[in-house]
Amino acid sequence: MISKEEVKHIAKLARLGLTEKEVEKFQKELSSILDYIEKLKEVDISGMEPTSHSIKVENVIREDQVNEKLKMKNAKLMDLAPETKNGYLKTKSIL
Amino acid sequence: MALTDLTITQTHEGLMKKEFSALELCKSYLDKIKERDSNPPTTRQGKNINTKISAFLTITEDFALLQAKKIDDMILEKRETPILAGIPLAVKDIILVEGIRCTAGSKILENYIAPYDATVIKKLKGEAAVILGKTNLDEFAMGSSTENSAFFTTKNPYDLKRVPGGSSGGSAAAVAANLCVFSLGSDTGGSVRQPASFCGVVGLKPTYGAVSRYGLIAYASSLDQIGPITKTVEDAKIVFDVIKGKDEMDSTSVEAKLKIKNDATLKLKINELRIGVPKEYFIKGIDEKVEKVIKEAIKKYEEIGVKIEEVSLPHTEYALPCYYIIAPSEANANLARYDGIKYGFSESQKSKAKSQNLLDVYLLSREEGFGAEVRRRIMLGTYALSSGYYEAYYLRAQKVRTLIKEDFDKAFEKVDAIFTPVSPTPAFKLGEKIEDPLTMYLSDIFTVSVNLAGLPALSIPVGKVGNLPVGLQIIGKPFEEDKILEIGKIYVGN
Repeated sequence: MISKEEVKHIAKLARLGLTEKEVEKFQKELSSILDYIEKLKEVDISGMEPTSHSIKVENVIREDQVNEKLKMKNAKLMDLAPETKNGYLKTKSIL
Repeated sequence: MALTDLTITQTHEGLMKKEFSALELCKSYLDKIKERDSNPPTTRQGKNINTKISAFLTITEDFALLQAKKIDDMILEKRETPILAGIPLAVKDIILVEGIRCTAGSKILENYIAPYDATVIKKLKGEAAVILGKTNLDEFAMGSSTENSAFFTTKNPYDLKRVPGGSSGGSAAAVAANLCVFSLGSDTGGSVRQPASFCGVVGLKPTYGAVSRYGLIAYASSLDQIGPITKTVEDAKIVFDVIKGKDEMDSTSVEAKLKIKNDATLKLKINELRIGVPKEYFIKGIDEKVEKVIKEAIKKYEEIGVKIEEVSLPHTEYALPCYYIIAPSEANANLARYDGIKYGFSESQKSKAKSQNLLDVYLLSREEGFGAEVRRRIMLGTYALSSGYYEAYYLRAQKVRTLIKEDFDKAFEKVDAIFTPVSPTPAFKLGEKIEDPLTMYLSDIFTVSVNLAGLPALSIPVGKVGNLPVGLQIIGKPFEEDKILEIGKIYVGN
């Protein structure tokens, strides 16, 4: 069983706000899922290589060039932002 | 026969023979949607809410009618008309269609307007297919019943008290209820196949890399694939052939090298087909009646001369726990982008905003914007990747993933394809599993291995338990979609 402090810590790392009531709910649920996942400890994985993709993937490289088409797209993407100023995303103060 | 009963091939023929126009066709579907699906904004107040399917989140009526008119001109001018021209489809609301809202079933994207077309949409538009609307799903494709949608619940057309499956529940229900000719779904752990099975339609999850993921809102990037949901296997092949292929916007997409020339070569070889049935898929937990339907379907293949043999996939029982480390870990990284700053819901924009600083914006936007299942998976992933747990969870899961993949490699040395049930039960009741996440996860127990191994798999309806459809899963070798589709086609039902 993971502790309430652990739930709060994970939520903080994940930048998720939680109410006190939710902490308890997630504590129970996450614990039961983690118990189930424990099953993986039965497997002998000695000498196994990890698989991150089922197919072989390689880095794809391209020239670092300004793409005029993408520039137009940028403006479109900026329109989706909740708050902008002078063409920049605006955020609340960090401190 | 009503226009809305037709398959892609039949609809195309009808259009070509001018039995009906693309506009008439489009209108019949829009009328049917109005009659059976109800308009999302009125769903909550609607008195007869239980008689509606509620598959659609957004209906793009004007856009569809405009497109349909263009196709009629195209046919009149006798220009070359692609097979999908004028064919009405529905798109899971996690795939971007330029200028149309795309919610991913989440409050955090409730007002997000897609700034570009997904590659699959670009390809379908290139064929002049007609998009009727966007379909409901579990929030960010996380779920097996579509009950995790932040907006409303979609119902199974076969029984309105039951779930359509998920996460592509809206897409499967829309095809089953003849609200579109075909639809697109996405499949990370079974999200095309399981709802297809529950709704008695055909669903294809392509090989990882076969279809571009550009414009598919990411859930677990090493597992996600877009796939068609259709009325027939033949239709699934038609759609797959249009949407597949390498795309420079998705560096994990590849061009399939293997190809089967035509039906004839395969048909001649039915007697040489060898199909494996893994013993690990017929275990306790599977509904006896589902097992019976599946075994009868397998027997029918045997009767036409297909060789059936038992195979073993010894790590099957570890696939689900493995998936529930890998998928949430990737989701945790992918969903970090919803921060209330770049796009989507931001708590800071509310009239009574509580956020004082940047951290508050993150915390409060994500608390209010994400539903319970999404937050659960983000936290699971954060935990599995956090310092001190990485090796015990994530790295271990990746190694188990290798073993699961090797199980399939070994089995495929002996057989051409593998038959299993799609899900251990038929469609369950609304609300039955939603309070217990782990029980809900178990409905994907037969589908997740395929995503971990990156294989193609097809779900075809092969029978019913009572009134509820049951699907057979046909798993193939990487990039052998054509072969499993041919195997699906030769199924002879009652």
